[in-house]
Amino acid sequence: MAGFLVRRSLHGAVLVALAASLTYLLAASALRPRAHFEQRNPRPPAAVVDAELTALNLNDRTPLLRRYAVWAGGVLRGDFGRTLAGEPVAPELWRRALVSLRLLAVGTVLGAVLGVLAGAYAAARRHRPADRLITVGSFAVLSTPVFVLAVLLQLGAERINQITGVRIFEWAGEYTPGAAEGALGRLRHLVLPTLTVVLVQAAVFGRYQRHLMLDVLDADFVRTAMARGLTRRQALVRHGLRTALVPTATYFAYTFGFVLLGAMFTEKIFGWHGMGEWLIDSVHRGDVNAVAAVALLAAVLVLLAGAAADIAHAILDPRVRAGR
Amino acid sequence: MTVPGASDPSGAPPEAMPVRGPALTRRLLAQPRAVLGLALLTGLFLLAFAGPHLARWDWQQTDFTALREPPSAEHWFGTTASGRDVFALTVRGLQKSLLIGLSVAVLSTGLAALVGMVAGYAGGWADRVLMGVTDLLLVLPAFLVLAVLGPTLGSAWPLLVPALAAFMWMVTARMVRQATISLKEREFVLAARCMGVSPARVLVRHLLPNLGSLLIIDGTLHVGAAVIAESGLSYFGFGVRPPDSSLGTVIAEGAAAATTFPWLFGFAAALLVLLVLAVNLVGDGLRDALDPTGGGGVR
Repeated sequence: MAGFLVRRSLHGAVLVALAASLTYLLAASALRPRAHFEQRNPRPPAAVVDAELTALNLNDRTPLLRRYAVWAGGVLRGDFGRTLAGEPVAPELWRRALVSLRLLAVGTVLGAVLGVLAGAYAAARRHRPADRLITVGSFAVLSTPVFVLAVLLQLGAERINQITGVRIFEWAGEYTPGAAEGALGRLRHLVLPTLTVVLVQAAVFGRYQRHLMLDVLDADFVRTAMARGLTRRQALVRHGLRTALVPTATYFAYTFGFVLLGAMFTEKIFGWHGMGEWLIDSVHRGDVNAVAAVALLAAVLVLLAGAAADIAHAILDPRVRAGR
Repeated sequence: MTVPGASDPSGAPPEAMPVRGPALTRRLLAQPRAVLGLALLTGLFLLAFAGPHLARWDWQQTDFTALREPPSAEHWFGTTASGRDVFALTVRGLQKSLLIGLSVAVLSTGLAALVGMVAGYAGGWADRVLMGVTDLLLVLPAFLVLAVLGPTLGSAWPLLVPALAAFMWMVTARMVRQATISLKEREFVLAARCMGVSPARVLVRHLLPNLGSLLIIDGTLHVGAAVIAESGLSYFGFGVRPPDSSLGTVIAEGAAAATTFPWLFGFAAALLVLLVLAVNLVGDGLRDALDPTGGGGVR
């Protein structure tokens, strides 16, 4: 067991190191931070630009491998370098990650729970109107890219605001700058982006859970439970759903990468200054160190999520425990 | 997105007899969903490739007498702020989405089949190396890499096809590998090997047909994923970029003013959603028609 864990962690560490290095090399060779410095008005002399770029370890006249060595050495000491503005990357990364977490925490969990309930319900009422309604709804959401869904929600919210004459929904940023609106104001800003995340998450999990639940509907253990005197509902909830939930728990961790990606769209569209928005803006600016830091964090998170999935599986499924 | 070291939750190898030819067509057409999806797809193809010949305006022309005009007989989907015809721009985007979606799906599924079958059948070092590459690509943040490569790819949009395909084959390859490992111990494969059939021939003649349904279903789902990925990249300015047009760029341009000038956003968004919906419907219908062990739908 211990040997397995050590091997697994080593494998993960190697993967993260490779992924981060590849992204850094790619970003450092493809992005053009020089353009960002030359665009200033009045246009600075080439020597000044060179000096500034060298100070940030971004000078494209330094050989790529030397820049990489400096960057990698820094990362090993916990120093992620500095952004184009000269600020250290690490504190900004944590600040942004927290903003993203605030936006995502509620949405992903709520969406997954709603999706599981809807999917299980749809399966139990297979081919009835409720099932068809849920299936059509999840199909519609799954076929709508996040950036279209977000705009549609904004349009709907605007209509509601107009009809009621009150600004119930806000969708620009995390709070209204300069206005003393307190917790309620923050909440109003949170509704639409959270709803976007919830809808997508619920649609994905609903489809998945329905599929799993259909497999256990006619399972022997559900029939046995009913023979023991449980109603169909009790048998399905206590025995069927519990079994069908095992793969979903694993899946929740698996989909983490997609959640990160969706968050990027959601943040950018709703003007939240989170990690996703930072990444997109950094790529546009040519901010190599910031891009590499986000990539490193994303790779670590995806691997941790994978490990969490395995642990969840082991806890929930007695067969896996016995197998070890 | 799966993660190394764990089995794929949905990747059960197909055990039942493969469904082929006329039987498949019949079962597929028996599904209202699949028929609806196919009809939608046909309509979208017609619109994308016949539409430009019917409309009066080309995507490159600007009509300076009509700036931000609503839809009319002259400009079917209205015009943009600079007087470009929204119908022409949208249809050009739809063409790209269709071409990119289909070719990415074919390329990524082909790659997945090749890598998965070779890794599963050969085992040993080949397996370890191929699966190592698969794991690495799974951990690499795909959107980020594509965004960084954006300036290079945007200059020639067909380059988006191999770039997108490079990040879409991994999960399928893992499923194919699992299925191959269980298939290669079956009697018909053993018999072929005993008769001295070469490994390449075993893969093509005996394993590939048995992996067919898995590959077809996954390939169909990849079409929708690729369409969304391309439009997403273009939406953020990393894929196809103006003045050339993709559904993503049209939507990005129209999204800011979606309330006041709905035609700038609505048509492109609706076509994009319809396209992905059609592909997903066909994919879901295929899953039910091909995989009798699957839980959903008609049994």
